[in-house]
Amino acid sequence: MRTIRSLVQGLLCLIVVSLAAPAALAAPDDDGRALLEALDVDSYAAKGEAVTAIADSGHPQSRAWLEALLDGKLQRQDDGGRFVVVLANRGRHWPVRDALTDEDLGEMSRRDLDRIGINNALRGQLQNTLALLDLHAPAVSARREAARDLLGEVSPSMVEPLNGLVENEADDEVRRLLTQAIAIQRLEQGDVGAVEALSGSLNTSVRSALSAAARSDDAALAKAATEALAGIEQKQKLNDGIQTLYFGLSLGSVLVLAAIGLAITFGVMGVINMAHGELIMLGAYTTWGMQQLLPGQPGLALVLSIPAGFLVAALAGIVIERSVIQFLKGRPLETLLATFGVSLILQQLVRTLISPLNRTVVSPEWMSGSLMINEGLSLTLNRLFVLGFALLVFAGLMLVMRRTRLGLEVRAVTQNRAMARSMGIRATRVDILTFALGSGVAGLAGVALSQLTNVGPNLGQNYIIDSFMVVVFGGVGNLWGTLVAGLSLGVINQVLEPWAGAVLAKILVLVFIILFIQKRPRGLFPQKGRAAEG
Amino acid sequence: MLASRSWLSRPFRERSTQIFLGVLLAALAVVTLLNLIVPAGHPLHVSTYTVTLLGKYLSFALLAVALDLVWGYLGILSLGHGAFFALGGYAMGMYLMRQIGDRGVYGDPVLPDFMVFLDWDSLPWYWHGFDMAWFAFLMVLLAPGLLALVFGFLAFRSRVTGVYLSIITQALTFALMLAFFRNEMGFGGNNGLTDFKELLGFDLRSDATRLGLFLASGVALALGYVLCRAIVASKLGRVSVACRDAEARTRFIGYRVERVQLFVFVVSAMLAGVAGALYVPQVGIINPGEFSPIFSIEVVLWVALGGRGTLYGAVIGALVVNYAKTVFTGVMPEAWLFALGGLFVVVTVLLPKGVAGLLASLRRRRDDGAVETPAQGASS
Amino acid sequence: MSSHSPAVPKRLFAASLLSLAVSAPALAQEDPIKVGILHSLTGTMAISESTLKDTMLMLIEQQNEQGGLLGRELEPVVVDPASDWPLFAEKARQLLAQDEVDVIFGNWTSVSRKSVLPVVEELDGLLFYPVQYEGEESSENVFYTGAAPNQQAIPAVNYLMNEVGVERWVLAGTDYVYPRTTNKILEAYLKDHGVADDDIMVNYTPFGHSDWQNIVSEIKDFGSQGKKTAVVSTINGDANVPFYRELGNQGIDAADIPVVAFSVGEQELSGIDTAPLVGHLAAWNYFMSVDTDANYDFIDDWIDYTGDEMAVTNDPMEAHYIGFNMWAEAVRKAGTTDVDAVKDAIIGVSVPNLTGGYATMMPNHHITKPVLIGEIQDNGQFSVVWETPSTVAGDAWSDYLPGSRDLISDWRAPMRCGNYNVVEGRCGGGAEVASAE
Repeated sequence: MRTIRSLVQGLLCLIVVSLAAPAALAAPDDDGRALLEALDVDSYAAKGEAVTAIADSGHPQSRAWLEALLDGKLQRQDDGGRFVVVLANRGRHWPVRDALTDEDLGEMSRRDLDRIGINNALRGQLQNTLALLDLHAPAVSARREAARDLLGEVSPSMVEPLNGLVENEADDEVRRLLTQAIAIQRLEQGDVGAVEALSGSLNTSVRSALSAAARSDDAALAKAATEALAGIEQKQKLNDGIQTLYFGLSLGSVLVLAAIGLAITFGVMGVINMAHGELIMLGAYTTWGMQQLLPGQPGLALVLSIPAGFLVAALAGIVIERSVIQFLKGRPLETLLATFGVSLILQQLVRTLISPLNRTVVSPEWMSGSLMINEGLSLTLNRLFVLGFALLVFAGLMLVMRRTRLGLEVRAVTQNRAMARSMGIRATRVDILTFALGSGVAGLAGVALSQLTNVGPNLGQNYIIDSFMVVVFGGVGNLWGTLVAGLSLGVINQVLEPWAGAVLAKILVLVFIILFIQKRPRGLFPQKGRAAEG
Repeated sequence: MLASRSWLSRPFRERSTQIFLGVLLAALAVVTLLNLIVPAGHPLHVSTYTVTLLGKYLSFALLAVALDLVWGYLGILSLGHGAFFALGGYAMGMYLMRQIGDRGVYGDPVLPDFMVFLDWDSLPWYWHGFDMAWFAFLMVLLAPGLLALVFGFLAFRSRVTGVYLSIITQALTFALMLAFFRNEMGFGGNNGLTDFKELLGFDLRSDATRLGLFLASGVALALGYVLCRAIVASKLGRVSVACRDAEARTRFIGYRVERVQLFVFVVSAMLAGVAGALYVPQVGIINPGEFSPIFSIEVVLWVALGGRGTLYGAVIGALVVNYAKTVFTGVMPEAWLFALGGLFVVVTVLLPKGVAGLLASLRRRRDDGAVETPAQGASS
Repeated sequence: MSSHSPAVPKRLFAASLLSLAVSAPALAQEDPIKVGILHSLTGTMAISESTLKDTMLMLIEQQNEQGGLLGRELEPVVVDPASDWPLFAEKARQLLAQDEVDVIFGNWTSVSRKSVLPVVEELDGLLFYPVQYEGEESSENVFYTGAAPNQQAIPAVNYLMNEVGVERWVLAGTDYVYPRTTNKILEAYLKDHGVADDDIMVNYTPFGHSDWQNIVSEIKDFGSQGKKTAVVSTINGDANVPFYRELGNQGIDAADIPVVAFSVGEQELSGIDTAPLVGHLAAWNYFMSVDTDANYDFIDDWIDYTGDEMAVTNDPMEAHYIGFNMWAEAVRKAGTTDVDAVKDAIIGVSVPNLTGGYATMMPNHHITKPVLIGEIQDNGQFSVVWETPSTVAGDAWSDYLPGSRDLISDWRAPMRCGNYNVVEGRCGGGAEVASAE
């Protein structure tokens, strides 16, 4: 903390200086080298001082060095040689650039380079340094981000310059955050008056500071802080409720996505497809493959994976249908066995052809982090996207089933196969397309899941049982049932989890399903008519 | 319901039972002789390792017979028979744990090792009594039996059938697996129960005990087989076949279908429990993996491969698949799942009646006593 | 047997069908030394274990290129226990009784080791176990080349307490014996160091847990009480990816609440997008980024062997490297592969590790290791931020558990006891095993 603060002070000076006199003349290389030499020490405290020195030096490359240092890419040749910036650090040979002269040095062996290491304390220091610089950034969002980072990081001597910044700041939000940051500092100094400025804020740094103050020896301060905390807790309760609901819906959306394809193949066609999980896996691997094809563009790759994942899984589905399932018409329990065999083969195929190890799927920038509703409630973006995606897929499926020729034919074949055939519907073709549709949707689920969990050979197995539970609970052959079942099971699970624990919550949900099926043997929304006699 | 007093002796008059028992008992005798009499190193010698392996296969075969009783003759595809097997195994495992006494690494006279280092200060109530063999052996039957009774009572009363029943049996075993994984349950969590020392005073490491367990498994299989045949051949068995083929019609005729189903289901669960109890001392460990839904599905495959609705088919299936597993995981580890997966597909698509179906169709011409194989799609 | 294909099935077949076509085994003087490899190649553990099988094959190949051992060639015998715990015991029995291997390298999970242990003791084999584990075990026939809790967990907590100033602790783990025991030890240790009950939160999740929303939000809450908070994670394998993702997305970064993990290494990171993880910690005895020539050579060999330029190395691989070299050294020292001779010869053997020091086999069958704390980098590697000044000897019995505080293990004559109670002055329950031999 000390070093961070001293650095921050130094930096504020730097900012003032650099604002006044833009870009000093390029320092002689010796100075730069000396600055970097000071970094090449073992003690992290000494490194911290060296960082401060660099920040204060006004050297034109100081920011680039600090960023490289933060990324672990500022390195030195083994024999006390040049300082270099590593451009890419995977594999054994890395392209590098001279840190002082910017000269391109080609590739160097990892063996010959020594990294200038940082630890978390130093990383925090560097991040604050860069954040302070960002307080002057033209973009409002960057300034807000920077101001939020300063919460809990302000030292007494920074108050004055920061107050100046607050006055000049145009954005209300930034002003509010900076005021809070200063108030936290005053609170730490034992200023009871600061409590007022902080009460009602849901920010974790604020709560953290108030909690510390509530334990203070100063009775008045402790009392004020405790009261402020109580008010915050009150506000937070509502947020917690909404958050739990969101967690539940998010888990539910995953269940719906995983199960909805099954609702088609199982519910509509009566095929118990145990390879469904592996079709999900194929979708996830498609995302990985796309990202391999389009390195550096994870977002584009993810978007393209949606159709690609659908196609890959649908094709696999067609192959399974033609090679196995068509021979097992009307024997649902035997499709279970055969497709279980298929699932084993697919898993081992992935292990043999790709790798038994998990594959990295990168989240694009716009899916990382969270959407802040208020300071006490943020919704994680990747899950928000998955939730939206699940609803879209569901709506799309409903459209296909209700509004297209295929949907009509599928419903006809489901309800009365012989009659449908005699009306000229090619039942075999409908079977293939239905199975392909269900499989394709599984592929879509895989694309979404690649953003939440491991992409590996076991991916499918983790979801297959849950998927069956959802479909059976919802009522076989009813897409709405699957939606309602998935979302409600998700919410039930997340509501139970805080007091029952993750494992017990899951067991309770399973027991609930078992008992529910006794009460309503055909699920939430039983299918009516002849087709129900499955 | 068991009108005929001679119902238990009836199977012995059946040709298929006679052949089955003959082959089984002969195999037991031959293996025992080759193990005891032929000196080690001789090509015909059967090592104790092999004997234990065969003993494990036999306990699996009993499990398969139990499953075939409900699937082949009652039309209930249980995807949770592993649960009954594992419960029987745990009951046996608890007895074996208590037998360790103060010979555990911490030397605690009562608490098993895993309880000592997880700070249990006293034995949980459900562990009491398992130091007595008769109680433990009773629980081997009662624990799975009671679970089957409660579960079956609820399910059959509300007429849960077909796919729904299969899925909730799967949910049952899955829930139990998760529960037994929890260390708070007091069953050793993921590590399960292991490091057993002796059974009824016999050292589990001695060759003689291993041979004894092998023979016990063989005898249990023989008895279980005869019991199942007796049930199948009785009036009750005929009613259950009627339930399988046309449940609603049987009900309308006036039979209490759910009672028949419940009785057969409970008997089957108990047999599975016995199989589990024989399995545990031979492999030396019981852990929640036995509850995994995948294992239960694999058991279904054994029966399907052998041919369901024949009982001896289940035995053949269990032996063949497990033998193949032993071979493949040793010779071509990577190919094992391909082979197993391929087997699932080929058997269901090309051999819907399994190996026994082939045999039966050959035999039916000259043997009118053979029980008919189930009609296709009977359980759907 | 003419080939190394397991004799079991053949004999089994022969016995049950009374076939006579079996060749008599002809034992020659120049028979190869058989090395059993017992790692899952299929099933859930294949993800971790298959690499170790390849590591062993590489080490054996290298040894053979140098002329084998005692003038005999080494022959690997690979079996697949398929992540199935009872099958581990069966395969161990097959390796020892049928294939008659001289040594086994294998296992990953604790339950698989527990399953194999009685077999190895009964048939008097040698097992080298390369993974960090919960301790509380010492077998005459098993050599533990991975870390015991005092070689990983305790130093990591010390680092957080002293260097980072952590006062509030979340102990999060998968619900099985390794996390349970480690957390028990850590809880006792933390309380000894004045941490209040309220400042410790313990949480267990099932294997492969994928929905971390609630737990991460609880951790966030727990960490906002005005004290520096850290998470000590014994979360296993597959559950880590969704856990770290949720941490990142809920805005917890390493500067706020660092996570120190004991089961996350380079190989696990190779399946994760590491950008949001930068700065989180792991404690191991080896990192691929360690800057020594021995390590660079090992990495080069490994990349050449696998043909994958991006192949990574990890701690259990180093443990096999050490274990294999120790065993080879002991065989040379004893002049035979006889199990009892090797068991006696190996105690005290020192071989170089990959981090620039030496590993020594201690009398309790654990080895000395340095403890390194590394921070995750954006390229899936760790940068070492702290290490113990010297190596630490593995402790079979924890000093922080009431049941094992008084136990020590020493397999040298005359004690030859894995759980000697120093207070009662007697060897515990395992004694009859030792004396029976």
